Amino acid sequence: MPLSLDLAVLEPFAYIGVLVFVLVVTLPLQLVLKARVYSKPLRLVISLIPMLVLFLIWDFYAIDRGHWFFDEDRVTGLTIGILPIEELLFFITVPIASLLTFEAVRSIKGWSAGDEGKAKS
Amino acid sequence: MTYTQIGLMAVIVAVLVDLFVLRTALVKRKLFWMSYAIIVFFQFITNGVLTGSMIVRYSGDAIIGGDYPETTPPLIGDGRLFFAPIEDLLFGFPMILLVLSVWVWLGRRGLDRLPYSGPPPKWWPKGGWFGTTK
Repeated sequence: MPLSLDLAVLEPFAYIGVLVFVLVVTLPLQLVLKARVYSKPLRLVISLIPMLVLFLIWDFYAIDRGHWFFDEDRVTGLTIGILPIEELLFFITVPIASLLTFEAVRSIKGWSAGDEGKAKS
Repeated sequence: MTYTQIGLMAVIVAVLVDLFVLRTALVKRKLFWMSYAIIVFFQFITNGVLTGSMIVRYSGDAIIGGDYPETTPPLIGDGRLFFAPIEDLLFGFPMILLVLSVWVWLGRRGLDRLPYSGPPPKWWPKGGWFGTTK
């Protein structure tokens, strides 16, 4: 029986793997540094919407015009029209990682973002 | 329009939203710039993987740099920075600024009872947290 694992089967998950990596390495920001992002799902979702609208339009346009394109062997092949599903996931994972970074810096440094209200006197 | 042109436009739009539409003025805050410095460092790494391994490629017509249809683009040079076109900075920056601006705007609107984050664990080196410093 062949026991060797053929790593080629992982190839279609190359792009998505990078995104999973982003989520995994930023998770301690939430769990250890108490960057409360996942604990505010409503605020998180609303924060993404305006960006998603504008950047998805941009992405569709850019892919349609051939500004950028993807190696078909290293994406899953799942698409929304001409848009690889990885691109949509990119627009969710990277902003989450960014929010976690922002809130972690705030947690550590105590610098104001301007939304602390009466909490910061 | 080229990637370069759309990117410049996006940066202007995001800054205008931050300053004059939502009035969060994050571009005037050190919290934002420190966060962005960390984010852009990791952008260079992850985007470098995606572009250096040619999972994502770009048309030379859309960017300042040239076409690299078959070979890895330069690490630095010909409009590239860590394999990625420098235009990717004009993509990432407004994307992040827009999300953070809406996030802070929602915090100001009182969407959360406790809008801010922290504190870090006790073993974390001193740096302060609202209510715990001074």
